[in-house]
Amino acid sequence: MDLNTKFTPETWPAHPERATMEAKNKFVGFWLFLGGETILFATLFATYMALKNKGPSGFGFTTQELYTLPLVFVMTMLLLTSSLTSVYAMYHLKSFNFKKMQLWLGLTALLGLGFLMLEVYEFSHYVQEGFTFSNSAFSSAFYTLVGTHGFHVAVGLVWITLLIFRNSKRGLNLYNATKYYTFSLYWHFIDVVWVFIFTVVYLMGVVG
Amino acid sequence: MSSVAQKSGFGATLWDWLTTVDHKKIGILYLLGGLFFFVLGGIEAMIIRLQLMTPNNDLVSAGLFNDLITMHGTTMIFLAAMPILFGFMNAIMPLQIGARDVAFPFINSLGFWMFAFGGLFLNISWLFGEVPDAGWTSYASLSLHSPGHGVDFYAIGLQIAGGGTLMAGINFLVTIINMRAPGMTYMRMPLFTWTTFVASAMILFAFPPLTVGLFFLTFDRMFSGNFFDHTMGGNTIIWEHIFWIFGHPEVYILILPAFGIFSEIFSVFSRKRLFGYTAMVFATVLIGFLGFMVWAHHMFTVGLGPTANAIFAVATMAIAVPTGVKIFNWLLTIWGGSIKVTTPMLYALGFIPSFVMGGVTGVMQGAAPLDYQLHDSYFIVAHFHYVIVGGVVLAIFAGLHYWWPKMFGTMLNELLGKITFVFFFVGFHMTFLIQHWLGFWGMPRRVWTFMDGQGWNIANLVSTIGALLMAIGFTVMLINIIMTTIKNERVGNDPWGDGRTLEWAIPSPPPFYNFPATPLVRGLDTLWIEKMEGSKEMITPAEPITDIHMPHGSIIPMLMTLGLFIAGFGAMFHQETSWGLGVLIFGLAFTFVAMAARSLKDDLGYYVTKEQILQDQENIKRGRN
Repeated sequence: MDLNTKFTPETWPAHPERATMEAKNKFVGFWLFLGGETILFATLFATYMALKNKGPSGFGFTTQELYTLPLVFVMTMLLLTSSLTSVYAMYHLKSFNFKKMQLWLGLTALLGLGFLMLEVYEFSHYVQEGFTFSNSAFSSAFYTLVGTHGFHVAVGLVWITLLIFRNSKRGLNLYNATKYYTFSLYWHFIDVVWVFIFTVVYLMGVVG
Repeated sequence: MSSVAQKSGFGATLWDWLTTVDHKKIGILYLLGGLFFFVLGGIEAMIIRLQLMTPNNDLVSAGLFNDLITMHGTTMIFLAAMPILFGFMNAIMPLQIGARDVAFPFINSLGFWMFAFGGLFLNISWLFGEVPDAGWTSYASLSLHSPGHGVDFYAIGLQIAGGGTLMAGINFLVTIINMRAPGMTYMRMPLFTWTTFVASAMILFAFPPLTVGLFFLTFDRMFSGNFFDHTMGGNTIIWEHIFWIFGHPEVYILILPAFGIFSEIFSVFSRKRLFGYTAMVFATVLIGFLGFMVWAHHMFTVGLGPTANAIFAVATMAIAVPTGVKIFNWLLTIWGGSIKVTTPMLYALGFIPSFVMGGVTGVMQGAAPLDYQLHDSYFIVAHFHYVIVGGVVLAIFAGLHYWWPKMFGTMLNELLGKITFVFFFVGFHMTFLIQHWLGFWGMPRRVWTFMDGQGWNIANLVSTIGALLMAIGFTVMLINIIMTTIKNERVGNDPWGDGRTLEWAIPSPPPFYNFPATPLVRGLDTLWIEKMEGSKEMITPAEPITDIHMPHGSIIPMLMTLGLFIAGFGAMFHQETSWGLGVLIFGLAFTFVAMAARSLKDDLGYYVTKEQILQDQENIKRGRN
């Protein structure tokens, strides 16, 4: 592949993310990877549901008392919005508008960062209340499920930051278009997992 | 840099193997790594059998016996059987579909190194004297209370190796989806490619639960988690579910490629098209699907209730249907064929009755009420060795003889091959057939020793003698390999003379770019079609010879894995030492920096020019005449 090929919006392919053989491979491979990730989270969800509210004798924490929906609602809004901004970024990827794409991706990263900081705050709040990782089976399962999601968000943030800075000077080509595109797939996946966490952990925890 | 002009010398050769991204070389690495662990697991098995040779034996202590059975099972499944099959998949599958390479050469290399370092991590436990001892299933109620670091080695070692397996699975899937040569439709793919495809799909969905389960175990043992500790509200049965949701598909991940190998061999040495190809493909897919529906048959005696047990019993027995389809198709492939009894064919012929016996005892255990009787007895040991040795190991030996010329360019000695088969096959049945009765007579599995006067003495002695015969057979095979390598008599494209699939249309071993021009596939058994039409070149090209794009080698996969390996020790010792946490963070950071280096540096590969390819082809032709 030649990185020096200069594209214009007219010559830019309709599906830049899978315009070359390597790109096609990455595209399919990443979808399959997300399939495996789905199973990984499914296992974590199942374990969480089995261990919810379970602790040693005299254990005091329940989902009803622990979770505060307003905070989680703000987190949800931040992450859902970041998914939307990444869609705008992909729109500009396809129309070969590099600057606007970078801008929307930067916004995506900021929203993701906001989400992550709120999650750190949430966790530290629980820990201060005495709901530590080793406190009970419930706490282990909670922190592992939500924490694995948070870890994925953190990985995504590092990933997109590296991409934005690495390519800032040289613009779009068929080599990095796939990287941007798979990032956006990943980011949507994280978003979908969060929708399930919001429903299964928080909503069903407080209401159900 | 072109790899046509290669440096020589030991250092350069070593560097080449450490950094290789060539699927054929990675295949050889997998094969050698797997064989090394096979020897290790075999030695463990021999000590187990020697300990059980006579009643009240004290060759090894009870604790060491637990170490041995745990490491024997873990090593054979994760570090021997799977890697050797991956070796064949890597070396052969891309050739069968007419591809120049796998989809992700870099990740392919990463997968190998993760297997190698994961296996190393597990086995370093022997040097520490703290070995995993909770059985290969490591049920949480045992493993949480195992003293020392033994089970920590299990949890972290398998985590690293399992990650490598997952990557290999995704790589094979994408390779088959995207990189088939023109005309190679799904329903023209050789059966070995098909079984690789289905097994890889199963890896994709079976290994994430193992990853999660091992993390839970790691957290519980090393980071004060409470997933399985019932005093803290945990539930030990969760481990059993997660383990078997992985573990049952795992046995199909092993046996399906074995079926694929035998399908190739039956067809080639009966010199007939595989009978019922379409049915074979659908049976493979169906087995892959049903493999996920039956995990609780390992847990009949846990007490899930009669409804759950009944559902899982029926699902289990249903798997006998597609498997039966396969058995009959193989028989009908042989039927009326012009049979050549070569060493691979001998293994294939021995496989059918052996595997059917293992399958029948499997259906017996699938009947939940009977399983209550058979549970935890030597009957179970007999059953799973009949399917794994009688299926997977026979397939590995068959594949080793069958594809050895393609991978190494020399032909294993047929006489020694047949001697290996006789010793191994007789020894195998002698070892495990009698164990069915031992189970009926009440001998429990995983016991260190047994008392005199229970009627088990002779049966155990017979079993041990059988194991010795297997060891002799395997040693003959090693001698065969060494002699063949020393003699180094080169063979041509199709040394068996009856190859039907694309890998036999190119030199042995193939040039690093595999096919000078991508082949055009015109039907099932591509090469056979060309042969029948008297084609001289044996390949109809789909394109003129042009420059070929190849990936660069890289040391980064090994470095990434090294980081995880270091981090593993940090995690293990962080509770009792001050440096543990630092080492954990350093190791992970090391891996991450290596990953970032890979990501930030553009690696676009290089081109082999048309002239170089033509020159190389010329050299190959001259070498042949």
